[in-house]
Amino acid sequence: MDQIASNIGLLIDYPVVNLKIIIDGVMIGALFALAAYGLALVWGVMNVKNLAQGDFVIGGGYVSWWLVKNVGLHPLLGVPAAFVVMALLGGALHGTPVHQWARSQKKPMIIVSLVTGFVFIVATYLGDSAGSIAGYAGMVLTILLIINGGIYNLVISRVIERDLFTSLLATFGLAIMGAQIMNLLFGSDTQSLDLGYDTLYFADGLIDIPIAKLIGVIMAAALATVVIIFMKRSRMGQAIRATAQDARAARVLGIDTEKVYAFTFSLNAAICGAAGAIIVMVWVIQPFYGITYSVRAFVIVTAAGLGNLPGVIAAGLGIGAAEQYGSHVFGIGYQQAIAVMLLLAVLVFRLMQQKRNRQVLQ
Amino acid sequence: MKLTSITLAVGAMMASTAIASAADCETITLGSAISLTGKYATNGVHAKNGYEFAIKKIDEAGGIKFGGKCYNFNVIYYDDESKGDRGATLAERLISQDKVQYMLGPYSSGLTKAIAPVTEKYGIPMVEAEGASRSLFNKGYKYLFAVLSTSEQYLASAVTLAGEKAVEGGKTAGDVKVAIAVENDPFSLDIRAGVMEDAAKLGMKIVIDEKLPRDLSDMTAILTKVKLVKPDLLVVSGHSKGAATAVRQIGEQKISTPMIALTHCEAADVTGNFGAAANDILCATQWSETLSYSDPIFGTAAEYEVQFKAAYPEYASKKVPYQTAQASAAVYVFKDAFERAASLDKEKVRDAIAATDMKTFYGGIKFSEAGNNIAKPMVLRQIQDGAYNVVAPSAFASHKVNWPRKTN
Repeated sequence: MDQIASNIGLLIDYPVVNLKIIIDGVMIGALFALAAYGLALVWGVMNVKNLAQGDFVIGGGYVSWWLVKNVGLHPLLGVPAAFVVMALLGGALHGTPVHQWARSQKKPMIIVSLVTGFVFIVATYLGDSAGSIAGYAGMVLTILLIINGGIYNLVISRVIERDLFTSLLATFGLAIMGAQIMNLLFGSDTQSLDLGYDTLYFADGLIDIPIAKLIGVIMAAALATVVIIFMKRSRMGQAIRATAQDARAARVLGIDTEKVYAFTFSLNAAICGAAGAIIVMVWVIQPFYGITYSVRAFVIVTAAGLGNLPGVIAAGLGIGAAEQYGSHVFGIGYQQAIAVMLLLAVLVFRLMQQKRNRQVLQ
Repeated sequence: MKLTSITLAVGAMMASTAIASAADCETITLGSAISLTGKYATNGVHAKNGYEFAIKKIDEAGGIKFGGKCYNFNVIYYDDESKGDRGATLAERLISQDKVQYMLGPYSSGLTKAIAPVTEKYGIPMVEAEGASRSLFNKGYKYLFAVLSTSEQYLASAVTLAGEKAVEGGKTAGDVKVAIAVENDPFSLDIRAGVMEDAAKLGMKIVIDEKLPRDLSDMTAILTKVKLVKPDLLVVSGHSKGAATAVRQIGEQKISTPMIALTHCEAADVTGNFGAAANDILCATQWSETLSYSDPIFGTAAEYEVQFKAAYPEYASKKVPYQTAQASAAVYVFKDAFERAASLDKEKVRDAIAATDMKTFYGGIKFSEAGNNIAKPMVLRQIQDGAYNVVAPSAFASHKVNWPRKTN
């Protein structure tokens, strides 16, 4: 209790700290918003509640981390790289000529996957982690190509438009698998990339903005903008929105909804991957951190509602700031509790609102 | 040329006789459930390598000799997947199905806590090297022994050091303000208790006392507070994620606290990952290869490091973690106890372990009534230009502590 009082006292004694807390919160909130936007997309379009959302984020982080550490890629280029790799893993090639070609070329593809699999086993045996990961990645990618384009056909295509529990269970399984595979491939240690950039200071050093963080947030904002424009302007974006509104009507009007689903899912995986690649250069990742991002994404989407893009962004930034405030006042141990409490508050408020509406109807 | 070939031949002969004598020995089977997968996998493997290395060294030195016979150790390992319930099940299986009579510990206090009731129930002596929580040693366990220092001692010496520095600077120890941020798990809470106790003894003031969440990736909120209240000592313990997050953000936010003490610096590889940001940070360690301990099997601490790296080339580019050294020490305790007991009877072995009083490359080992090691102090190392140098306690210090920390 004393601690809480003195913490609030600090906020009053040093008003500029409020600004710092909001800045920190908005920065992390921007990445929550990115993951949440992807979730809103698959939830709204495909009615899939993706519990593996956070694991896609961490997966993207590891893709970037691995490329930087083993191939010598610049960390900033890790973001587009993670975007592409996660899109492929998600199923971006589903239904494309490449996918059709891969299906027609089953025999050579199987040989490639066997060879890369062999490389994986030998490299693992020799303790060469770079070779083992490269071999494993090659094997997984070719196998995914043979059966289709990615996780989409393997799991997600089977649960679209099914009931709540099927998609929750399937993606929960995906989340557990994903975390364990990352643990086996990359080890359980915390990882992070240091860009070595300086930090900007304001207000006698009380406000600090690491340039790496700033770049990360700008990249997140740029990605979000591109996705929004894409959804508004492109044919595919229109098709996605049409499918979200009424899948059957969209099919009648000649939209290949199967393709739209695969594309949406891989777009989500790609967005998450990019978010993860930003997170690894600003914060830290660990194979089992996925759940924290999943929880935030669910809280944000539930609070903002589906198909409400400005709402998702506002809720993301708001939750980031609220968490920072909460952890300043109550202690950092309550950070996640605050996110969940906020969700509860929003749900109660929503219920009351609806009740009022219903009474009006009566 | 000739000389080298002769030495080679002699060496080969000696090696072959050693192998021959070892092959004649009988086998003593130990059991261990250890984390080979899951979140503790990295450290679990460090511990397993430590066990295996010690077994090899003991074998090369002629095995365990008593009653005119010689024995070698063999360990049955099961993977506990870093889960407590799995660990307890596997301990049960080792004892009742594999008929294991002696156990080596798992990795982490949590797993040890899960397994200890099982070994206790069957009266199986367990020497563990990786469970430091002091809550393991207040349950009255008779068959549990730990070679490492208990966790409340980890950062307590940093408190003493901060007090000494305050006195040197013309102030009193009572003027020192301490900030504590630890994870909410048994191990880190012990560290907090140790720091609080010692701080209270010296009359220091605790200005920040926070618990870190399990999935910590951002601690700017705490560090902002540190900037405002300006403590003289900041203590952070949250396994490798705590160390990584702390060092990264202390560097980013230019925290100017004169003394910062962490655990798990090596596991998080803070020097490799964050370079200059890690400079002058104090790190607690159970063991360091620069210490002047030695024994007849492993030689000195420095020799242990060299030999271990030769046997496990994957460690060549990094420091041998203390988790490995203490695992080897646990196997050594068993060897010593078997020879003194001169028997395979588990009760006699248990009593021999309880009476252990030995000097090893890892430090002195002597068990209290409760089973924890009271003969070995914790060591504080400071990261000085990327190197870990022992700075406290002063009896073992190889370097002077840099105080106050320089902030870049």
